[in-house]
Amino acid sequence: MNRSSRNTSARHRIFSLPADWPAHRRNLVLACIMALMLSFVGFVQSWNLAFSLLNMCLISAIMSLGVNIQWGYAGLFNAGVMGFAALGGLAAVLLSMDPVPAAWAAGGGGIGLGLVIGFVTIYANIYLWKQARSQGKKRYWMIGLVIVVGYSLMRQAIDPSVAAIEAVDPAMTGYLGGLGLPIILSWLVGGLFAAAAAWVVGRIALGLRSDYLAIATLGISEIIIYVLKFEDWLTRGVKNVNGLPRPVPYEVDLQEAAWFQEIIPQFNLSIVEASSLLVKLCYSGLFLIVLLTIIWLSESALRGPWGRMMRAIRDNEVAANAMGKNVTSRHLQVFVLGSAVIGIAGAMLVTLDGQFTPTSYQPLRFTFLIWVMVIVGGSGNNWGAVLGGFVIWFFWIESEPIGLWLITLLTSGMEPAHWLRLHLIENAAHTRLITMGLVLLLTLRFAPRGLIPEVKR
Amino acid sequence: MLLNPLVLLANFILVPGLAYGSQLALGALGVTMVYAVLNFSNFSHGEVMSFGAMVTILITYWLQSIGLSIAPLPTALLALPFGILGAIGLCLLLDRLVFRFYRHQRASSVTYLIVSIGVMFVIGGVIRFIIGPNDRNFNDGDRFLLKARAFKEITGLSEGLAIKSSQAITVITAVIVVAAIFWFLSRTRTGKSMRAYADNQDLALLSGINPDRVVGITWVITAGLAAVAGTLYGLDKSYKPLVYLHLVLPIFAAAIVGGVGNPIGAIVGGFVIAFSELLLTFAYKKVAAYLFGEGFFGDGLLQILSTDYKFAVSFMILVVVLLVKPTGIFSGKSL
Repeated sequence: MNRSSRNTSARHRIFSLPADWPAHRRNLVLACIMALMLSFVGFVQSWNLAFSLLNMCLISAIMSLGVNIQWGYAGLFNAGVMGFAALGGLAAVLLSMDPVPAAWAAGGGGIGLGLVIGFVTIYANIYLWKQARSQGKKRYWMIGLVIVVGYSLMRQAIDPSVAAIEAVDPAMTGYLGGLGLPIILSWLVGGLFAAAAAWVVGRIALGLRSDYLAIATLGISEIIIYVLKFEDWLTRGVKNVNGLPRPVPYEVDLQEAAWFQEIIPQFNLSIVEASSLLVKLCYSGLFLIVLLTIIWLSESALRGPWGRMMRAIRDNEVAANAMGKNVTSRHLQVFVLGSAVIGIAGAMLVTLDGQFTPTSYQPLRFTFLIWVMVIVGGSGNNWGAVLGGFVIWFFWIESEPIGLWLITLLTSGMEPAHWLRLHLIENAAHTRLITMGLVLLLTLRFAPRGLIPEVKR
Repeated sequence: MLLNPLVLLANFILVPGLAYGSQLALGALGVTMVYAVLNFSNFSHGEVMSFGAMVTILITYWLQSIGLSIAPLPTALLALPFGILGAIGLCLLLDRLVFRFYRHQRASSVTYLIVSIGVMFVIGGVIRFIIGPNDRNFNDGDRFLLKARAFKEITGLSEGLAIKSSQAITVITAVIVVAAIFWFLSRTRTGKSMRAYADNQDLALLSGINPDRVVGITWVITAGLAAVAGTLYGLDKSYKPLVYLHLVLPIFAAAIVGGVGNPIGAIVGGFVIAFSELLLTFAYKKVAAYLFGEGFFGDGLLQILSTDYKFAVSFMILVVVLLVKPTGIFSGKSL
């Protein structure tokens, strides 16, 4: 969506509040509506649900901030959100779980050797690709030979070790384990993991046309998920890693703590409910700190000279290039930064869940839904991305009960056992996909600048 | 004895590769047509395939309930025209409601791409709403054209060759459809006007070609291809809505490997992707045993990649092609 198409369809805005309102007042109103919706869930369904929604909203907001950095600031279409989020999750596992000494003894050396061989092969290939340019067709054969030799050597080193590692108590471990550090550190490391991957991906794919970039990043993110799913020595694969340590207290400990039992009577809550509420509140606090830090950093970057340069590059690459800006390296920079933010959110998500499930990473939920958040919220505006994260996650979860309620209401005139009514009620959960698609399409058509449009600076 | 390993390879690579390659080729042909004429990467193509297959399945159920069948062929072939009509209706409706607006705006290809993601969500939701997310097997025809045991008895070899009837149907249908498309593009006036429009929109307009007609016909062809590809895939494996979402990437890989916008490239790309998936994940242990004797290479499976990575192969090829030759094998946009 380039600048001109945004402007031409501005007259179609019907969802936005009156345009002559000052921006901050409109944003405040929108934020209040969101808060009201969340507290409505608290009153009608339960406060526990409201706070788990809030936590997921916060994580979604961070993810969509990451995408917004890439798309809104620089116009890069990253369809690999899922892969970067999963790498963040991997960081949570690798940092926080206890190491498995038996597995390290059984196959640590082999894996290490194999990885070294792998890296040497890749470097040899890059070297050949660059140096042997004059060799013509021969270059391809040389590279092919290096790949075959390097790959078979790597497999020779890794295969027995993998089998040995996976044989170590497969029901409980069967993987190398982690470092046993506090899990909160993994939020930072998750960002670094994702940034490193993004650097490689960016070097490969950023030169491509925008829709090729989308397809390439989508493909690469699928490859990442496949590796996480099937390399059991690293992630336990489909057996999942459960029981990750927490950065906040456990409910059971709270329920036994003397101070907690003392303050409980002041609230009208059972002790079980109160403890799980407090745990969720602790998470919300931590997530909020991260979110506000990232917003503060990116807002000040966007206001400064760097932000002006990025917008200039986005709006006219040729002119920016002519002014001596290195467009390619700026794109790489912003791609790495945005992916790091996504990686942080990915690590936070796994921390909140307390488990790492590689099969749960689906492009619909982790890539395309985040995109809906950014577009609906308002691409190019950080507050828009945050609001989009909140609104879209809220409806992603709540459209199921709302859809069920609507269908039950609409079909209440039919016989209770009518086949159509039963069929509709049974499939009500799928209304969420239709809702999300419609929201995206309607936003693009009638309010292409989103709920909180980008501020012209 | 050289025949045994050859039969082994034919049974596990050649036959399934031909069938899967035809399905991918049909899908990639649809993606390429939309790209050539409408200039965008249509992410919703997989869901259109799924929609066509769904209509076919529902009609199949209805035909079965009234007792109509063309045994030994699956009833779904009889229902396929309805599936094609359904997909065509869906695509024309989508074009009228969604895509036309952006075409008149001359929106950028990224806008189109995001729009097609929205469309993907909606169609996916509608499909799950109508038919549910579960696996469905609707192939009621004869399962095998050639059974492995019968083959062994006839030839006296120790390896069997099995051909599923769905595989044969897939390949035959694909050949017919592809031949029809190429005849249409190269011999008919409408096909030529489509190629002209894809080549240079402004010049085509100057020579009096009606753009709305060209776009409409493109959607009709694309939807037809999608419904056929979707049904054949469902017939061969089994129908599950989620699978079609994942099928989009191999299809895009096929289209890009062959050179997006080029129909011959799409077909070649489909087979390249299908055969490399199978070749890279096949365990060559038994073949090596026939050729060099048991245990010549130790007791490994002689598998380049574990079968788990079957789908990932297409993404790897995609990445390599984008790296080395982003324009694909048959480079250049031409219909």
